[in-house]
Amino acid sequence: MLEGEDRARFEAIVLPHLDAAFNLARWLLRNRTDAEDVTQDAVVRAFRAFGTYRSGNARAWLLQIVRNTCFTWLRQNRMAAEFMEFDETTMPQESKNPETLALAGSDREQLTRALESLPESFREILVLRELEGCSYKEIAEITSRPIGTVMSALARARAQLRNSLSQPASKEARRAV
Amino acid sequence: MPCDQTQNQLHGYLDGELDPLSAANFEKHLETCPDCKQSLAAEEALHQSIQKANLYERAPESLRRNLLGKSEGRAEIKPFPATRVFPWRWLAAAAVFLLAAMVGWQQLQKPRGLTEAQLIAASLVDAHLRSLQPGHLTDVESTDQHTVKPWFNGRIDFAPPVRDFANDGFPLLGGRLDVAGGRTVAALVYARRKHIISVFVEMAQAGNYWNGAGEAQGYHWLAWQQNGFSFCAVSDVTPSDLEQLKQLFLAQ
Repeated sequence: MLEGEDRARFEAIVLPHLDAAFNLARWLLRNRTDAEDVTQDAVVRAFRAFGTYRSGNARAWLLQIVRNTCFTWLRQNRMAAEFMEFDETTMPQESKNPETLALAGSDREQLTRALESLPESFREILVLRELEGCSYKEIAEITSRPIGTVMSALARARAQLRNSLSQPASKEARRAV
Repeated sequence: MPCDQTQNQLHGYLDGELDPLSAANFEKHLETCPDCKQSLAAEEALHQSIQKANLYERAPESLRRNLLGKSEGRAEIKPFPATRVFPWRWLAAAAVFLLAAMVGWQQLQKPRGLTEAQLIAASLVDAHLRSLQPGHLTDVESTDQHTVKPWFNGRIDFAPPVRDFANDGFPLLGGRLDVAGGRTVAALVYARRKHIISVFVEMAQAGNYWNGAGEAQGYHWLAWQQNGFSFCAVSDVTPSDLEQLKQLFLAQ
């Protein structure tokens, strides 16, 4: 699929991050089949743009292309109203009562459901930080936001994740698109 | 410090992204604020349950095959094809060795009260500085310890311990070969905020290992021994950051 002289370099530098690319796409699109298509598309785009890659963080470079490809795909396949731009500032502040803090019993299914119920911007930052282990600097680079806003965005995303974990099943309706 | 200010900082602290001063201030605040202490415990619990839930989904084989091209039958992605890198690498290593030898000789000719440890540290600082020149930072560029570690196989006569500390604010960027004191050593490259840290690793030999800590040309270095390896971290980060990285290694 990929051809040309740069191919070996591309395979050595960029393709080791294929898992990271797929994982991000899977969580943004909430679907493995779509994620496979979109990741393939994104990697081909990355290869075409490889001339502009000099050095530096290849993972962040690839993930930026993957997330942009995902968002384009989501826009084109506009799934219901949930792709609405999410107003982060109107998020209710997390309550500090002990029930919402107790998460010891959370299992994979519950977390998957809670994570998938979050708006994309929250899901994205949580996947990058918690699953991919990106630094704030990398997150800023990938999501094209100022590094100073990463910490507060993560705080809101985590509060929102905790909220949806403490409201079992109520958000499930949103998934059934 | 009022709590509303620390709410966000709590996340920076949890993610190891606060600078040492802010982290210290935050810890001071924690001592007197049960609310923040509870919040931090809750965030840690959430983090733990996400980690335990194993939500990461790896790319399916079909995708890998498609991208690598079925005709060539390439099954695996290998870091840096050795044939492309090696001749240049050895030339560079030889040049660096010559330079180090010359510098070392000059230093010996004109002793200025430098101890051997300082001389070696200076050569490590030099190696770190060279690596910061464009294109010299890493020979194998990967944040995956399972990619970086095997890369050293056959390039160096020991297997350096490679760990990613991204969750603690020291993401692994890659590795390279370097020369220090006339010996080929492994160098692991970590990021710390906007700074780069080189961690040099070699086999500790009796009476011949890196030790202590200090400063040279504005760069800090910190050496330690562990499991028969000798480590020396060099960077322009604060000594406390280097100490933190050392503790992460020792905790392995």
